[in-house]
Amino acid sequence: MKLSERSEEILETLWISTVEEKKEPLFLGLAEREEAIAELLKGEYIDVSAGEVRLRERGKEEGERIVRRHRLAERLLVDVLDVKRGLTHEIGCKFEHLLHEGIDENVCTLLGHPKMCPHGKPIPPGRCCEKSAREVVQVVRPLKDMEAMDRGTIAYLATNDQGRLHKVMAMGALPGLRISMIQKFPSYVFQIGQSQFAIDKEMAEGIYVRLEKD
Amino acid sequence: MGFVARVVNVFQSKGCHSQTVSLPSEEKRGKIAIVGSPNVGKSVLFHRLTGTYVTVSNYPGTTVEVFRGSGSIGKETFEVIDTPGMYSFLPVTEEERVARSILLKERPDLILHVADAKNLERMLPLTLQLMETGLPVILVLNMTDEAERLGIQFDLSLLSERLGIPVVATISTTGQGIETLKGLILDRLRELGRPCCSFPYEEPMESLLRELELMLQGHYGISKRSLAVLLLQEDSEIHTLVKDNERDDRPLTSLVERGKGQFPHPISYELSLERQRIASKIFHEAMRLSRGESKGDWVEWLSRRMISPWTGIPILLFILYYGIYWFVGDFGAGVLVDFLEGTIFEEKINPWVTTLITSILPWKVFQELLVGEYGVITLGVRYAIALILPIVTTFFLAFSILEDTGYLPRLSLLIDRIFKAIGLTGRAVIPMVLGLGCSTMATMVTRTLPTMRERIIATLLLALAIPCSAQLGVILALFEGNPIGLWIWFGIIATVFLFVGFLSSKVMPGEKPSFYMEIPPLRLPKASNVLIKTYSRVHWYFKEIFPMFLLASVFIWLGQITGIFDLIVRGLEYPVRLLGLPDKAAVSFLFGFFRRDYGAAGIYDLKKAGLLAGSQLVVASVTLTLFVPCVAQFLMNIKERGMRIGFGLSLFVLLFSFGTGYLLHLALTILGVRL
Repeated sequence: MKLSERSEEILETLWISTVEEKKEPLFLGLAEREEAIAELLKGEYIDVSAGEVRLRERGKEEGERIVRRHRLAERLLVDVLDVKRGLTHEIGCKFEHLLHEGIDENVCTLLGHPKMCPHGKPIPPGRCCEKSAREVVQVVRPLKDMEAMDRGTIAYLATNDQGRLHKVMAMGALPGLRISMIQKFPSYVFQIGQSQFAIDKEMAEGIYVRLEKD
Repeated sequence: MGFVARVVNVFQSKGCHSQTVSLPSEEKRGKIAIVGSPNVGKSVLFHRLTGTYVTVSNYPGTTVEVFRGSGSIGKETFEVIDTPGMYSFLPVTEEERVARSILLKERPDLILHVADAKNLERMLPLTLQLMETGLPVILVLNMTDEAERLGIQFDLSLLSERLGIPVVATISTTGQGIETLKGLILDRLRELGRPCCSFPYEEPMESLLRELELMLQGHYGISKRSLAVLLLQEDSEIHTLVKDNERDDRPLTSLVERGKGQFPHPISYELSLERQRIASKIFHEAMRLSRGESKGDWVEWLSRRMISPWTGIPILLFILYYGIYWFVGDFGAGVLVDFLEGTIFEEKINPWVTTLITSILPWKVFQELLVGEYGVITLGVRYAIALILPIVTTFFLAFSILEDTGYLPRLSLLIDRIFKAIGLTGRAVIPMVLGLGCSTMATMVTRTLPTMRERIIATLLLALAIPCSAQLGVILALFEGNPIGLWIWFGIIATVFLFVGFLSSKVMPGEKPSFYMEIPPLRLPKASNVLIKTYSRVHWYFKEIFPMFLLASVFIWLGQITGIFDLIVRGLEYPVRLLGLPDKAAVSFLFGFFRRDYGAAGIYDLKKAGLLAGSQLVVASVTLTLFVPCVAQFLMNIKERGMRIGFGLSLFVLLFSFGTGYLLHLALTILGVRL
C-alpha cells in the first residue's frame, strides 16, 4: 500500500529528528487527530503513547527510504537539472514522492551513488549502492575511483568538509572543467587544462567527475 | 605570431581616459605589484622590469620571501614588488596570505596579473577577483609561445573588451611583448585613481553583496565590493579588519549570517562556481583552438617516470647518489674542504695568525682564546670558512638546482604516503631535504607547513634524526672502509626517524593533514636564478650561523679556563661509560652540543688515535647523530616552537639518543658483534 504524501512527510521528519539527530521523541499535540497519523498507526509505522510518537521498525525503514529519495532528488536537481539553488529544497520536497521503488535506484546510479546531499547531509545508501561496490557502471564517480587515463568533466565537489573544499577550489578544480587522470599510486595525479596536480586519497574523495565514454 | 602578438589596448584606441593625472613625482613613485599563481613566470617578468638593484626580504612575521626592485620606463621610475604565488584571493597558504596582505596594505598603483596563457581558463577567476579590488589591473598573458605550440591562440582585443582591462601577450623569457607592456604600464600610471571595473554576480548574490557594500562605512585600501565578497566567505582576517574600521559590525555579521542561509552550498563554493562560469565564458569566446604540434614530449615522459614508484625510486636514488653523496660529500666535503682547510688554513693562515697573535698578545689566556686549540680564529673561523662553507654551498647549489627543475614536488607526491604514516605530508619533503643541508635553517622553514601539529613533528624529527651536511660529511669519513658499520648506522637512524614519527603522529592531537600540490612542468634551471638563490641562502647561513661559531669558541674557552667544562665532562663520563665508550668521548658529546659536527669530528680524532673499535664507532655515531641539536638549532627550536615545546623536544632528544646508544651497545655486546 502506497502511503499518502502527508504520511511520508511525517515519517521523514520523525526519522531525521529521532534516528539521524537522536533527539527526544516528538509530541503529537494537535496533529493527533490527523488522517495521516491514523494511516501510519494502522500500517504499524508508528506508536503513540501519552501523546509521544515513536517510530516502529517498519517506520524506521520506510523513513530512511523517504529521506534517501528526498536527498537524491536534491542532488539530481542541483547537479543535473541545474535548478536555481534557492529552489532545490522546495522542488525536492515534491520530487521525492515521485522517486518510488526502482526510480530512486536509477537516479542514484546516474549520479554515481552520491554520499551527501547538496546541503552536506548523508544520503542513506540503497541496495544499488552496495551493488555498485562490485559492478562499476557509473556515470559520475569520485576522482578516487577513476582509472589512470580516464577523462571527464568535474561534476561537483563534496561540500561537507569546508577545509577540503577550499583546497580543491584553490587548485582551480571547479565543476565544468575537463580533467584527466594520470596516475593513482602512490598519489592521485591529474591534469586540468595544461596543469598537473597531486592530491591524496581524502582529497580525491571530494571531487566528483562525469566520465567520458571512450 | 600575428594574431597572438597583436596587442590592443581598448582604452587607448577608444581614447577614453576621463582625466589625466600627472605621473607620481619623485617622492611618490608609482608602485607596481606582480601577482599570479606559482610557475607562471612572475620572477622572470620581475627581472625584466627592474634593474640590477633588487632586495629580498622575508615578509614580516613569515618566511615568505618578497622581492622588491625599482624599474624605469623612459624618465619615469617606479617600485616593483614580486608577490608570492597566489591562486585565489581567499588565502589557504601562508604565501597567499602574504600576497594578499601586500595588496591590502601597500595599495599598489597597478597590478600586473601574470597568467599562463595555456591555462588561462583556470587563471581568469583570479583576474576577476583582482579587478574586484578596484585596483587597476593589466592582464599579462605569459608563455604564449607554449600555448601556441599547443594550438591555443587568443583574440586579445576581444579578451580585453570582455574583461574591461588591458591585456598583453608576452614571452617573458625572450622578452617578447615586454616593450608593449611597458607602454601600457605608463598609460595606466598616468591614469591613477581610475576605478576599475567589476562584474555582476547572479541574483540573489548580487543584491546581497550590494547590501553589504552599502553597510560598509570605513575607509579601506580596496573596494567595498571586494571586502563584501570576502566578508561573506567569513574570512577571519577581513572580519577583524572590518571590526576595527566600523563603528558597529553587528548588522554586517547578521546580514552575512542571513545571506548564507539563502544558498545550499558554502558561499565560497557558490562564488567560485559563478566566477568560473564567467571566466569560462570569456575564455571560450576569446580563444581559438587549432591543431597544435604534436609534442615530441620526452619531458612529459621523464616526468611520468619520476612520479611512478617503479621508476621514481631508482631516479630518487640516482639523484641522492650524484646530487648529495657525490657532489656534496665527495666534491664539497672532500676536494674543496681538503684544499681550503689543508692548503689554505693549516699551511698558510693558521701559522701566520698564530705567530702574529703570540707576538702582540703576551697573555697566554688570550692567546688561547684567539689561536689556541679551540681558538676563535684557529677553530671558529677556520671551521666556518674551510669546513662548513664549501659543504653548505655545494649543498645549497644542488638544492637550488633540484628546486628549479621542479623535481621536489614530484618527490613530494612519491613519498606522501610514507610521510602520512609519520604524521606529515609530502609537503614536508622540502624542510626534510633542506635539513640534510642545515637542520637549523630547515627548522625555520617548517613554518611553511600548514598545521602546528606538522610543524612540531617536523621540528622533532629534524632535531633527532636528520643529520646536517656538516655532520654527514664527518660521519661518511668516519665509516670509510667500514661499509657494514655505515649501513647499521643508516638503518638505525632511518628506523628511529620512522618509529618516532609514527609514535608522535599517534600521540599528537590534531587533524590528519591533507596533501595537495601543483606539479609544475619540468624545466631546465637557469644558471642566474640558481646562483642568486644559492647566494641568498649561503648569505643567510653565514649571517645567522657564523656568530654562533665564534660564540661557541668563546664558550669553550670560558668553560675551559673556569673549569666548568672539566666538571661537565666528568659528569658525562658515566653515561658515556654506559655506552661502552672511552672516557675521552665525553668531550665530544659536550662539544657536540655547541656544534653537532664538532662532536662527530671529536670522534673522528678518537678513531684516528686508535681508541675506538668498530662497534664503539657505530654506537658513538648513532648517539651523536641523534644527540641534542647544535646550539643554533636548540635556540631555533625555542624561537619557532616556544619555550615549553622547544625545551621539551630537546630534553626528549637528549634522553632518547643516550637511551638508543645504550640499547645498541647492549645489543651488540650480547650478540657478540664485532665490527
